[in-house]
Amino acid sequence: MAEQLLDNSMLRLLERGPLCAANDPSWLAEVRRAARQRFEQTGWPSSEREDWRFTPRRQLEAFSPRVEADDAAGREPGRVEALLSRHGLGQEAAAELVFINGRYQASLSHMRQLPRGVMLLPLREALQSDQGRVREQLGRLAGESAPVSLNSALFEDGAYLFLPRGMEVQGPIHLLFLNDGPEQERDGATIFPRLLLIAADAAAASIVETHAGRGWYLSSAVAELFLGRDSRVEYNKLQEESAQAIHLSALHGRLGQGASLVSHSITLGAKLSRNVLEATLDGERAQTTLNGLVFMDGDSHSENHTLLRHAKPNCPSHELYKHILADRASAVFRGKIYVDPGADGTDAKQNSKSLLLSDQATMDAMPALEIYADDVKCTHGSTIGPLDDEMTFYLRSRGVSLEAARHLLTYAFAADVTRRISVGPLRQRVEDFLASRENLPLDLRITETGAHDDAAR
Amino acid sequence: MALLEIENLRARVAVPGGRDILKGVNLTLEAGQVHAIMGRNGSGKSTLCQVLAGRETYEVTGGSVRYDGKDLLELSAEERAREGLFLAFQYPVEIPGVSTSYFLKAAVNAQRKHRGEKELDAAQFLKLVREKMKLLEMDASFMNRAVNEGFSGGEKKRNEIFQMAVLNPRLGLLDETDSGLDIDALKIVSNGVNRVQEQDRTRAMLLVTHYQRLLNYIVPDRVHVMIDGRIIKSGGKELALQLEERGYEGVEGELVA
Repeated sequence: MAEQLLDNSMLRLLERGPLCAANDPSWLAEVRRAARQRFEQTGWPSSEREDWRFTPRRQLEAFSPRVEADDAAGREPGRVEALLSRHGLGQEAAAELVFINGRYQASLSHMRQLPRGVMLLPLREALQSDQGRVREQLGRLAGESAPVSLNSALFEDGAYLFLPRGMEVQGPIHLLFLNDGPEQERDGATIFPRLLLIAADAAAASIVETHAGRGWYLSSAVAELFLGRDSRVEYNKLQEESAQAIHLSALHGRLGQGASLVSHSITLGAKLSRNVLEATLDGERAQTTLNGLVFMDGDSHSENHTLLRHAKPNCPSHELYKHILADRASAVFRGKIYVDPGADGTDAKQNSKSLLLSDQATMDAMPALEIYADDVKCTHGSTIGPLDDEMTFYLRSRGVSLEAARHLLTYAFAADVTRRISVGPLRQRVEDFLASRENLPLDLRITETGAHDDAAR
Repeated sequence: MALLEIENLRARVAVPGGRDILKGVNLTLEAGQVHAIMGRNGSGKSTLCQVLAGRETYEVTGGSVRYDGKDLLELSAEERAREGLFLAFQYPVEIPGVSTSYFLKAAVNAQRKHRGEKELDAAQFLKLVREKMKLLEMDASFMNRAVNEGFSGGEKKRNEIFQMAVLNPRLGLLDETDSGLDIDALKIVSNGVNRVQEQDRTRAMLLVTHYQRLLNYIVPDRVHVMIDGRIIKSGGKELALQLEERGYEGVEGELVA
């Protein structure tokens, strides 16, 4: 029954499978077959499901992908180069892997500043060279949701990162997904980035995952992060997809004892975006910070669903999601903190703050706590509203125009998240984006000091 | 010529069915003068300041205000500021994420632009600010902090007067600048106000306060007593001492008698 709701060409795409499938190891072929079956059976989830209630399903169903291989020759020359020069970190990254429509581009990538022993490979290569570990870990955390199934059935490539014990990588590792779809609605491109990161004990690295593009396409990304004992990972995801794009993402992390995961999820683009982020604190004293910033205008829709699972005792977690919605934009934040029985000493703080710049913008924030341990500290808070009238008046009373005051306060609202990003060039990129959107000078740097939001660090 | 002429000003909170808080205020302030308005909590002193500064949560229901020959009530809050009106807030708001230095530079340059003057560059601004910080005995780190964020009550008040010193207004409205200050902070802030006033003898100031204490440090030319949305008595600086001695009730009773 669900099959009828799927676009015909989506079914044909699933039938066709990934173009690289001939090189798949046999275990992967089996994984793909099961995933395809799941997706074909259920299709896009029903809006009767609580977590899909707000998703404009019609947009997903209406997406009509190109089934034939991508026709790179038909592309207007210079499009990808323009995207690359805009979004690449170049030498500011310790390594940069560039993907165009999901396929690895060796000639545009570099890994020259990576220390010896770090394995950073296109996933397709890793499937050959480190097959044991990949086979063991791929799909272990991501579950079986519709977007994950779609990705598992169809991914062509992605990135594999293995950090050996005690290895600390200086400088960010950049995974850059540049997507190039047609300018008209039909025959949209499909991209299924797949990432697998394994940090052995006491390893440390910063990752930046960027998604950007032009035209009509659907991207459904899956990332799985395994953090060994005392390892530290900062994971930054910057979504600047095209205004026509559909962006789905699933990020799943598991943290061992004493490990630390800091995640920044920045949503600036796409017509429809839906991010799922699940982290399990699976060892004592593991800690995580999940920060998010969403800036949407027009008719775009964005969702962030986070699940923070405290499975072991004495783990602190901080979560701060900020939304800025203009025009008729709509957004959803569902943040759940789940505390397992026995996870005493849990200290979880969650905060969602949303700024509505127009009367027609809508925000649905749904914090949820599920606690099965006794000795825990869990707090959550949520505010939704327009710009603060008192702050606006204060600025105006000094001679700053109403318009400038609004821009400044909007920027400052967002800067509360951006200032926490430790990867300099990324922080700058996001702040420049916001400053230019708010007609503020690019050299504007908001104060570093002041922890006015204790939910985030 | 009068810098500020308030005639029969009436105002209320801008909500349906709001009752007038200001019930016919009359006050004239000449350039170069310092006036004080004293009155109990709820008498309308702060409302008067907010209305004069252009706060839109209040609605003027009658009367007029002329400032420097212009109809003040026709101007937006930012236009009033650019025309040289400054309000030192009773409760300065904290603005997380906006650094004092960026905010103040934007304000200074918005005002300079309005006056047809060249905007200050970073170095010129820094020089101006350093000079004024000395006046208020402020720490240099202050400029990099977010506006009022995490400041003590005293620091916030000091910041207000510092901003006044930097913006160099023609009319300063000081809304209970003395409240929440200990005696040392009161001296520093008062001294700052006096120094600002000395720098330009054509400047005028309107101080709003509960207590006579502030007026030991900033000596007014005139004192007005405000009760229930009206100024019921005006006099010289000795009126403040009478109030201190006999209380507002005494002054009120005297008028009734």
